Amino acid sequence: MDARTDDLDRLEAEFQAKVDAEQRIEPKDWMPDRYRQTLIRQMSQHAHSEVVGMLPEGNWLTRAPSLKRKAILMAKIQDEGGHGLYLYSATETLGISRDEMFDQLHTGKAKYSTIFNYPTLTWADVGAIGWLVDGAAITNQIALCRCSYGPYARAMIRICKEESFHQRQGYEIMMTMAQGTKEQKEMAQDALNRWWWPTLMMFGPNDSNSANSAQSMKWKIKRQSNDELRQKFIDATVPQAEYLGLKIPDDELKWNEERGAYDFGEIDWDEFKAVVSGNGLCNRERLKARIDAHDGGKWVRDAALAYAAKKAARKAEAA
Amino acid sequence: MTKDTRDELPLYEVFIRSKNGLDHKHVGSLHASDSEMALTNARDVYTRRSEGVSIWVVKSTDIVASSPEDRGSFYEPSDDKLYRHPTFYDLPDEVGHM
Repeated sequence: MDARTDDLDRLEAEFQAKVDAEQRIEPKDWMPDRYRQTLIRQMSQHAHSEVVGMLPEGNWLTRAPSLKRKAILMAKIQDEGGHGLYLYSATETLGISRDEMFDQLHTGKAKYSTIFNYPTLTWADVGAIGWLVDGAAITNQIALCRCSYGPYARAMIRICKEESFHQRQGYEIMMTMAQGTKEQKEMAQDALNRWWWPTLMMFGPNDSNSANSAQSMKWKIKRQSNDELRQKFIDATVPQAEYLGLKIPDDELKWNEERGAYDFGEIDWDEFKAVVSGNGLCNRERLKARIDAHDGGKWVRDAALAYAAKKAARKAEAA
Repeated sequence: MTKDTRDELPLYEVFIRSKNGLDHKHVGSLHASDSEMALTNARDVYTRRSEGVSIWVVKSTDIVASSPEDRGSFYEPSDDKLYRHPTFYDLPDEVGHM
């Protein structure tokens, strides 16, 4: 073993000891390159998900049923944009630029959550997204608040504080519809039918098929496994559906007294894989909308920079 | 990771005082073309729920930071001065709280 690998081994051991002792890793601290790369991938994809997540909801902004609902939806979408910004900012501390992350999203190199490749067909979908999709996101994100990387954990804490309103407003929409006319209740049930399984997929592959999970747990990037989080979400959500008087579209869903948890049916992993690899219902549409927005805003960014340069030059001249 | 970033808006670090009586605290960063835009962006991104009464923004490149590698030697001068801590002094219990 030469002196260099020896050195690297020592650094890695020190790093792991720090993580094991529940100390947080900060941007300028030494970290294994794979730790850095894992975080960049996970955090940037998280950021992309927040940003792309604005698109399905944006579909209903102009058609919200009342001014109150419209104002709420607008605030929620603005939050999602904000969450994307917190996360991009936290990811930049790892040495990747914002432009580079945008590039990765726009070229398809970086993924975002599969859930946003499903269409929002009715107003009830906006309720279902808040209740289920944001509910699942919160389950994931609460676990991430204790992530070993400081900037990620801090961004998660801020996001979790704001996310609670998202889920509650969604559940309130579902409640209103479930207690409304027969047609409204049917719409609510239909939305639940379509969003339930894609929501369960948000937690990712089963632990037995999740290649990176074990390492991420060792590094304390992840605190709970995909399957644990999925179970947690199901156990919390089933009673909420019962309260609404809606039926979760899973015939195998049953309380297991022994486990103290719900048993549930098998997820359609072929569908999951198809959506991940770009063949969901809205993959192309989402990416195009995102790229158009970025390209369309270029002249604004250019103008702002030119204006700042002109002002700086004038100031220098006057001095 | 050295893609050309000349066209990217400069990065600013954001510090927020959540209420009078408390220090400004670092909350994150954002991109803006100038300091004025950085302030308004910081308001929109970091204070949507009245989280602040005062905002500082500073260009990230203007921050001078110590490096973690010399954590040991950099802070060493304070390590061997235990007498700066109240626990260094043994006082009898009869003296009471001091």
